[in-house]
Amino acid sequence: MISTQWPCPLPAGGVNSEMALVAEGGDHVGGAQRLLVIPALLGEANQMRRFTVEVMRRLCAAGIPCVLPDLPGTNESLSPLAAQTPGDWQHAMAGAARHFGATHVLTIRGGAMLAPNDLPGWRYAPCTGATQLRHLLRTRIVAAREAGIAETQDGLLALGRAEGLDLAGMWLSADFITEFLGRVPDAEAPHRDILQEALSCGGGLWLRAEPGEDAGQADALAAIIAMALADGRPA
Amino acid sequence: MPAAHPDTDQNLRRILADVLALKPEVVAGFTADTGLFGHLPELDSMAVATLLTELEDRLHITIEDDEIDGDLLDTYSHLLAFVTAKQAA
Repeated sequence: MISTQWPCPLPAGGVNSEMALVAEGGDHVGGAQRLLVIPALLGEANQMRRFTVEVMRRLCAAGIPCVLPDLPGTNESLSPLAAQTPGDWQHAMAGAARHFGATHVLTIRGGAMLAPNDLPGWRYAPCTGATQLRHLLRTRIVAAREAGIAETQDGLLALGRAEGLDLAGMWLSADFITEFLGRVPDAEAPHRDILQEALSCGGGLWLRAEPGEDAGQADALAAIIAMALADGRPA
Repeated sequence: MPAAHPDTDQNLRRILADVLALKPEVVAGFTADTGLFGHLPELDSMAVATLLTELEDRLHITIEDDEIDGDLLDTYSHLLAFVTAKQAA
């Protein structure tokens, strides 16, 4: 597992250098299959990071190289989060797919909304932007209530669409919030959904208050993908 | 108030187990009077936000801000009655 840099295409043209985590062994360099992994978004990115990397380790051990690019504005990125929109992220992931020569894609949770549609693949526990935003708003409302401040979803959304909003410590621009609200995983994309029930071992780790790990769930998700690839089923 | 459908009861227990990382045998032992908020250490205010979102997603209901009060998460039977009424609406 190594960190590397890749030229991330910018919406207005040009590139920025971003980081990516690459899992590949010497014996399958140049192999036919390479999986682009698109991470969970916003607050869930932290909860799901370890699980995501654990799945990559297992796939790599099964002979499937994987690459997990940073979304611009997250992790080690030099770009500010406040300057991003979901469309920019999708553009970036399409660039990552080209740069790394991905043949398939695996998305985690909200990452499903950013998947390149020209690659076959899988969407683990996909969710919509509206659902994820609603949870972030509710978390803020609960915290505000404990501080004696009354906020409502409608009020926060109106403010967010006009001026942007701080949600769980992340500043999201008005453009981001407006666009994210309408984002859904593409129903026409050649991607198969893998729901949490298919892992048959408890609740999803994005529900946890703190980042956790679950070897059984990582085994199950990696096995579904490795078997599908071994069978030659595109998705 | 409509009686809770057995599926709703099971789904609610499953959601509580998933969100609060409780063992299945713990949630299976919940009775109507089992206290939730203020009784289960796992159910802090942040977990409340997660629980409400998960209830909406998995039970296909919408919970408004003004419906979230102290009674809602008081006991298991209160929460079950709430989601049952929501599903019937």
